Order: sequence, then structure tokens, then C-alpha cells
Amino acid sequence: MKELEIRGSQNYVPVEIEDYPTSGWDKFTQVVKRTLKGELFVGLWVVFREMVKFDIHTLQYPEEVLPVSPRYRAVHKLLLLLESGSERCIGCGLCEKICIADCIRMDTKVDENSRKEVTEYSINLGRCIFCGYCAEVCPELAIVHGPRYENVSEQRAHFALKDDMLTPIDMLKAQKEYPGFGALSPNADELVKKTPLAY
Amino acid sequence: MVKVTIDGKECLAEEGEFVLNVARANDIFIPAICYLNRCSPTLACRICLVEANGKQVYACNAKVKDGMEIITSTENIEKERTAIMEVYDVNHPLECGVCDQSGECELQNYTLHMGVNEQNYAIKDTHKPVKDWGHIQYDPALCIVCEKCVTVCKDMVGDNALKTVPRGSDKLDASYKEEMPKDAYAMWNKLNKSLIGTTTGETLDCSSCGECTAVCPVGALVGTDFKYTSNAWELQKIPSTCAHCSVGCSLDYEVKHTSVHDDTQKIYRVTNESHFSTLCGAGRYGYDFENRVSERDESKFSEAVESLKNAETILFNSQITNEEAKILQDVATKTGAKLVNRDAFEFGRFSEVYSEVSGKSLYSGDLDTVRNSNFVISVGSALKTDSPNSRYAFNNSLKVNKGAGIYFHPISDPVVGSMGKTVVQVNYKPLEEATVLKWILKQFGNLEMGEVQFSELYFGEDFKADLEKLLKKKDKFSLLIGEDFYGAENWKELAELVGLIENHTDFSVVLIPTNTNSLGVSQICTLSETSSGRSFGYNEKADFCFSALGDGDLDAPALNQQEGTFVNIDKRVVNLNVALPYNGYTLNDIANEVLGRDVENTVSYTKELFAKVEFDSFGNGFTNSGEDLRGYKLEADEVEKREVKVEETTPKTLSNPIYLANPVLQFGLFTSKTHELQEEEGLFISPEYAEKLGISDGDEVAVATKFGNLNTKAILDNKISGEIPYIANSSLFGSYRFAEAKISKV
Repeated sequence: MKELEIRGSQNYVPVEIEDYPTSGWDKFTQVVKRTLKGELFVGLWVVFREMVKFDIHTLQYPEEVLPVSPRYRAVHKLLLLLESGSERCIGCGLCEKICIADCIRMDTKVDENSRKEVTEYSINLGRCIFCGYCAEVCPELAIVHGPRYENVSEQRAHFALKDDMLTPIDMLKAQKEYPGFGALSPNADELVKKTPLAY
Repeated sequence: MVKVTIDGKECLAEEGEFVLNVARANDIFIPAICYLNRCSPTLACRICLVEANGKQVYACNAKVKDGMEIITSTENIEKERTAIMEVYDVNHPLECGVCDQSGECELQNYTLHMGVNEQNYAIKDTHKPVKDWGHIQYDPALCIVCEKCVTVCKDMVGDNALKTVPRGSDKLDASYKEEMPKDAYAMWNKLNKSLIGTTTGETLDCSSCGECTAVCPVGALVGTDFKYTSNAWELQKIPSTCAHCSVGCSLDYEVKHTSVHDDTQKIYRVTNESHFSTLCGAGRYGYDFENRVSERDESKFSEAVESLKNAETILFNSQITNEEAKILQDVATKTGAKLVNRDAFEFGRFSEVYSEVSGKSLYSGDLDTVRNSNFVISVGSALKTDSPNSRYAFNNSLKVNKGAGIYFHPISDPVVGSMGKTVVQVNYKPLEEATVLKWILKQFGNLEMGEVQFSELYFGEDFKADLEKLLKKKDKFSLLIGEDFYGAENWKELAELVGLIENHTDFSVVLIPTNTNSLGVSQICTLSETSSGRSFGYNEKADFCFSALGDGDLDAPALNQQEGTFVNIDKRVVNLNVALPYNGYTLNDIANEVLGRDVENTVSYTKELFAKVEFDSFGNGFTNSGEDLRGYKLEADEVEKREVKVEETTPKTLSNPIYLANPVLQFGLFTSKTHELQEEEGLFISPEYAEKLGISDGDEVAVATKFGNLNTKAILDNKISGEIPYIANSSLFGSYRFAEAKISKV
């Protein structure tokens, strides 16, 4: 038994550690002792006891999913404007430009109100490294990371298209603001330098 | 040459050059938004302020003097520049995210460059809705009124379709006059009163060159078709040469995948370096003429090989690269086939006779000499449609050099007339081309010759007085010869006269080649006039047709899918690069089989042509001083001169002639395939002549000449006048571009 120096007021409890066996015979006897001790059955008993008690602390995946932090970066979402339900995305293409995995593509055109319309938007999730740059660069807080982290697909290149990511219009009320990368800081208003207006 | 010092750096410059251009040529940066090379200074932006010999001047309109000391930045100048950029930012919409300029924006760049980080000025904004002008859209809210578009339209293109119009804004706050830097205030005061508008009311009435969209430093003027389809940074620029006419303008094809679902490359737009190259609408909007081929058709290929082997005639035209012309020449040499290419044949024989008389193997001028001259004559070309860039050069000389000119053509063209008061139109009759040349020779030459007789009144007493006025202080002369001459019955006489003009007058001559590469093909190939027997056609109808138009027996790559070279109107060998991929067979593949060669690429032939330069060593684009980096210029050799005499001839006359010409923006084979340039086909008649014939717009008319007849639609064209209609159907004509015709309403 080695003496441990106890410093300060902390109340350390030294753990009992046997001396290491030195001779070949000692090693042999230790192996035999440990093997025949029957401690294995202690463990097996604990498992069995807990099983028949039906009070299990394991998460029942996939029925149950662990809640993740709101700033977790998983599969992307495209958000709508809360007031009007219009798409937030203006098609500026910054996410496409900044994407270091080069996995975002979008198609744009002029719509009937001569505004820029995003007709299609895709993220190749097989390539995406979930770095969060797209959400950070987005000037409209349109593309954000959602909490869905499962990425199972039968194909190597799994695409997420616009319809998969866009908030359905009937779910608009349930849409939550994203507090992660690229979101406004609480004191954002104070940081704005105002320009004079003539009216 | 004079010596000036800019920021301590000694620079050599031509006398009379602008400070800004000297600085740019010497890699010294002076900010400037509104200045456009080759045009007169606009003086709208005022940020090119510099100090020359201790005095503040604008670099864009101050000319260098020997020993000038120029400083590009002082404390006061920086203050002015920052204030100017601040003014430009007043009420500018913050829609950079969707703006089509997508970062290639001079407003954005200079705002950051000058370090504008606060706004001290304000004025009430006005409501300015977007205007749709056909090929072009104008968003006045984004416009900074640098007036570059107005300048280019007036000084370069000559359409004069844009002008500044009142903005209808409030007056500037009086206190600004005191507190603002002087130039910034003056610039704002002007800016606050104007916007860009058309000279013809609500709609834009012009030849749709789109050059205004190219010069626009912000996203105010954009192509309607391109609008909101792509960000500039996603597009890959492929420098190349326009394939539609003989000017061979330098341009960039901008390419990207088609959509999220479709990975095939597509050309989104065409851009140009507007300081040194000006495109017409065909170049800018006629880009998607590619021939998409999914796979190689082997059976058709072996048919093509057999057909080329056994062909007695190879038919082609001059929308072909030098390399492919060389391949066809090699094939013809081996198989003994005749090469038939009408436009190159006619152009070639004309320039040959011209060379014999002038003693020079090539014509002396180019479009730069036209731009730099101050008296230009154009004969035998409907400049507006035949060679828009020759018209731009003509117009540029009028505007920038205070030049004058005469436009000789049977069809009077209001567009040419509107280029300026110093251009006179003379409408000679068809078949009288020789008379015009003789008059030029008599008027400007030192050759002994008799009186020139004109059949009817072209030059009245007024004209003589006018001419004297036009010729005042003129010392640089250019002559543009058009394609009316090459196919004329008396082409030989005309060629001799042009040769004599070259030798006996101060005119430098430009023979406008008929088709894209007529000049190159006529130099490379030995051509025959008529075809016979079994024929192989390259983009021409024949027994076996190898065509890039998608209607032949075997598909060929179009000119935006090929590498190669052209010889353009400036006698420059210019290079063409691959904008879009091509999966089928090329002429080189067929020729390899026929010639028993194993040449890998078509451009392997480039080093056998002209100056024997490898294709890969060709450059692209322009230097800061505007030198074209594409290819190299062909030099004219001295050849033996032949003495000719001017003979008196009496021209014949044509009654009720019609003219063979393409509608505006249409050239050759490919432009009509493109989605932005699908013009109507028909007989274009001036409104007054239509009234005389009792024809109204859209009527079906029967046109009959001795070469053929046709029923087509009558289209009233207010951009021509006189009694000669034009039509783009060559089956109604012989080799001459005019033909007697009977026009009747059906």
C-alpha cells in the first residue's frame, strides 16, 4: 500500500490498490484469483434486476430523440417571414458562395412582381460539413440549422431540396427563431449607425 | 511624345493624351466612374480629380503637357472623393443582395475604397419605377447618373437613343453649399436634377446593341433576359471572339450549369471590355447557337468520310475557322475536289485585283484608323446591318475627332443620318458604284482624269459648298468599302478604282469582309466559282451535309464550341475558345480519316498558318492601354504594281430594285437560331414606299425577280427611306446585291 500525501483541507480517500505482482508465481496466482472470483455474475445480476424492474434510463431511439441545444448545427431549414408567410430567402447567393464544401446550389429568376425569386434550392448533405457558414452569412436569417441530425440515405449523395427545408405554411406559427450562428445579437439595435433621413 | 511625372513616376505619353489614360497605361490608379475610353469625357462623377502642376484638374479631360507634375491624391482631393461617394450613396437602395451587378459594382467598390463609413447628407427620395425597354431594363432607383450610357450611345454607337431627363426631385438643402466640398456639391446638384431616359418618349428606339448595359457601373441597366438568373461570381468567363461578322469583336462568354437539376453548361450572357471593345446586339444577345449533340453517330461518320473522300465539290461558307479552312484545303489538294465558297471567292478576287493595283497585299486601314481619322467615306455597304462596328468606328470619328463623312449607299438610312450633322448621305443608284469611286478619285486624288458624269442630281451646288465645309481642317481620311462591290458585275473595275484611290489619295482603305472569316479563308484556300458533281457541304446544303445548324446529315460543332482562329477586319488573327462542350465529331476527325493523318486537335493546324504561331500562345483581353492581346496582326507585303487607267463607262440602270440585306442584328447562319434574336422574316419596306405601293404592315406580298420568286410578309421599317426595299433571302438574287423586282400585294 502506497502512502498518498494529502494536501490542504481536501478530504481525499485513498483507494486500496494492491501491490503489483513482481514474480511470475505472484502474477499467476492473481490471474487465477480474479478469474474464479465470480464477480461476473454480480454484473449480470445487476442487469437482470434492472431489466425486470422496467425502470430503464436508456433513450428509446428511434422512438425517442435526445433534445439538442438550439445552437446545434444539423440539417438546414429555410424559414418564412413570420408576419406575411413569404419566403425570407432573397436569392442573394451568399450561402452558395461561402459554402466551403461547395454543396449549395440555387436557381433564381424574375417573378411576376419583378422581384428575384428562388425557384429551387438544394444542399447536398452527403457533402455538407455542417460548418454553419451558410447560416452565418445569410443576411435575411433565411437559412438556418435545424435540430434534425439524422442523415440516413440509400444514396451517397443525399439531396435536400427546397421543399424539404422550407417551413410549411401551416406550420408558420410553430416556426422558431434560430439563436445560432448569424442570428442578431441582443444589442444589435445599439450597434446601428443611423443615417439622416430627409422625411 | 512628352514626358510627365505622375506620383513620382516618369511616364511617356502621346501629346494631347488625357492624364487618366496615361496613368492607366502606366499602372497608376486614379479613381474614375464616368470616363469611357475612346469616348469624349462626360465629367459627371468628378472623382478623377488630380493635381497637375499645383492646380486641381479632372484627369479624364486634362491633356498632358511636357514636364507636367501630377499628384493623384491630396488631402483636399480625398475629401472631395469621399464626399462624392457619400452623395452617390444617398438613397441608394440597399438591395445589393439581389442586384444583378452582384459585387462587380463600382459604387460598392469606390464606397469601400474611399472609406465612406457614415452618411451626412440626405434628400427626400422620389418614386422611380423600373422601365422595360425590350432587351434592356432600366431601374432608375439604382442609377447614379454617371451618364456613361448616354456617352456610349452617342459617341460610340451613334444611336443617340438615350439622354438625361429631369428627375423631379426637391432642391438641395441650401446649407449644403456652404458645408460640402465644392466639387461634391456641384456633382450632387447636377445629379439631383437628372435621370436617364430615352430620346423617343417611353420606349427605347435603337439598334439594341446593349452597350449601355455593358458600361453601366451599377445594376441600373441590365439585360432583360439575364436579370436575376445568376450572380456574376458564379459565371465562368471564357474569353473568345464573336462569330457573327468580320469585325471579330473580343467578348467573354459567361458560362454556368443550367439549373439545380441539370448540370450541362449553358451560356448565361455575353460581356465585353467596354473600354476597348464595343459589341453590337448580335454579339451580345446571339450567343446560344450551340449544337448540342448527345453522342457520336458512327455510321453517319463513316458516311461522312466516304462522302468527303469522293466529293467533287466541297461547299462551305466563311463562318469557319482558319484551321478548318486549312483542313478543307488539304483535303481538296489530296482528293482534287473543288472548294466552293461564294463570299470568300468574291472577296478574294476583289482584294487580289486591288492588291495588283495598289501594290499592297492587304488593304491599308483597319477600324482603329477609321476611329482616328476625321473624314470617313463609306461606299457600298449598308453599314447598319452589314457591319455595325464599322458604323460605330465611323460615328466615333465624327464625335470624338470632330470629323465629317459621306455615306454613299442607294438606300438612305436615317440611323446613319442621325449620327451627326457632319455626315452627308448620297444615295447613288444601284450599278453606279464605279461613278462614286471615280468621284472620290477626282475629288481627292492627284490623278489626271476626265470629268465624272453623274446620271442624276446627287451633288447640287449646295453639296459643293457643304463639302468645302465638311473638309475644313481634315487631315486623316478613311474609306470603307462594302460587300455590294465584291459580287457586282463590274467588280474588277471597282477593285481597280479602289486600288487607285489607295495609291493616289490620302485615304486609307478598309475592305469590309463579307462574312466572319472571308479574309482568312480567301488567304488560305484556293477557291472555285461554281460547283459540279457530288458535293460535301460544311454548313451548306449539299449531297452530304455536315452542319452545326442541327439540320445536316452529321452534326458539327458550332463556333462557340470550337477552338480556332479568324482573320478579322483589322487583319488580326484572333482566337476563338471553347465556351460549351461538344460530344460529336469534328471536321478534323473526318479529315484525319480522309488524309490518313492522326492530328489530335483542330488547333494543331494553327502553327501552319500565317505567322506560324502555336494556338496556345495566343493571348486574351486587353492591356491597360487598350492593346488587343488576341493573336497578332497580319502585315501587308509589297507586291508588284500593275498600271491601270480610269475608263469612261456609262452605268446601266435597274428599275424597281430590291436589296439583299439582313434585318438589324441578324448575320449569317447562327443569329436566327438564338433565343433572344428571333426576328421576323419578310420584305422590309420604307413607310413612304409602302404607301406608294399600297402595302401596309403585315400584308402578304409576292416578290419576283429573274432569279426566283417568293411570297412573304411586308414589314414597314422606319429605319430606312427611299424606294428600295430589302429582304434577307438570297434565292431572289444573283451575285449582285440588287435585283430588279416586281412587288405586288397578294
